[in-house]
Amino acid sequence: MSDFQPKIVAFVCTWCTYAGADLAGTSRIKYEPNVKIIRFPCTGRIDYMFLIKAFANGADGVIVSGCHPNDCHYVSGNFHARRRWIVFRELVDFLGMDVNRLCFSWVSAAEGAQWAKIVNSFTEEIRQLGPYKAYMELVKKDKNESVF
Amino acid sequence: MDSIRKRARELLEKNTVKVVIGYGVGSDNTVRAIFVRRPEGVEELIFDETCVQNLAVYLLKNEIKQIGKLCIIANISALRTILQLASEHQIHEEELLCLSVTPNGELLEFTGFKDIENYISSCNRDLPDKESEMIKKLEKMSVDERWQFWMNHLSRCIKCYACRSACPMCYCTRCQVEYNQPQWITVEATLMGNFEWQITRTMHLAGRCVNCGECARACPEDIPINLLNYKTVLTVKEKYNISAGTNANIDSVMSSFESDDKENFIR
Repeated sequence: MSDFQPKIVAFVCTWCTYAGADLAGTSRIKYEPNVKIIRFPCTGRIDYMFLIKAFANGADGVIVSGCHPNDCHYVSGNFHARRRWIVFRELVDFLGMDVNRLCFSWVSAAEGAQWAKIVNSFTEEIRQLGPYKAYMELVKKDKNESVF
Repeated sequence: MDSIRKRARELLEKNTVKVVIGYGVGSDNTVRAIFVRRPEGVEELIFDETCVQNLAVYLLKNEIKQIGKLCIIANISALRTILQLASEHQIHEEELLCLSVTPNGELLEFTGFKDIENYISSCNRDLPDKESEMIKKLEKMSVDERWQFWMNHLSRCIKCYACRSACPMCYCTRCQVEYNQPQWITVEATLMGNFEWQITRTMHLAGRCVNCGECARACPEDIPINLLNYKTVLTVKEKYNISAGTNANIDSVMSSFESDDKENFIR
């Protein structure tokens, strides 16, 4: 299992975490290359279906990250997002999804090192958990059952 | 029962309302919804503890709305639904008159949302015991066991969308499952599509569900999908201290926020 390289998708807001990740790059901070960053205008734009679809397309872990509370470029997008995440996380946990594979964080544009730290620790956690087999079986079944 | 018939007859004779939506006897002595438009039709109305269907689902149907002023025989779920729909600006006080009967047989007539709010505040709004226990039982299971539980149930789903049709809160003219660019949820009933559909349905009802349980009653495969909604009812109550269908002037839970919403998982 030690050579397992998890696929991690990060949904980030362009104003804080994306800029933070950019800072990590320009500061030449090395971090795990497993993460694939997808840039959004705001965390408020990140629909829960995106997270589900990431898992359906083979992600082993998903990061959602945006501006700290009160720092949203659009004033309240992250507050709305937080409301949604709280309910969504409880719901998928109740449905039996592994919520340890979901990582929510606040990373500002100045926190390049913090971004690297979160990616590194989360990648390590997912590496320990291994591939998301339960969901992959669901996807495989879907391909067999689908009539289209 | 007689008091309801009497009042319904008066309302129809005086032309105060154009139609009375109530409960009647269907085939095999089942309870079904009936729509009484003539005074002599009121004899078919019944109301007892078997009348559990949430009739508020009909309030937003165009063919019902265009008849004119409505009278609805409402149980507690329906009254709560009406308050929630009012808070979402879907119905107005002047379009509607509600009749209900208290557990000790007293006829109630509501003309305004304020009256309904007062009555509802004194009613039991808790989840049914059976479902509460089931949720507790599921929460005690391991993640894998829960996953297996839901996969076993959802594999039976035939995507008939009866849960959507029966739900008085599912009134979007175009549902997310009908969008095909992009196609969010598969058209055919595959396990993953069923899973995604239930997540979508529950998330869209989060903070709006009045726990009437109509979705599970409508399900031809007896999938306990109401548990998902009840889980979000509990979450919303616990985290935001809001229960749907108690106030006609409340902001939608999922499109409002408090700057100090509490969570313990954001890094």
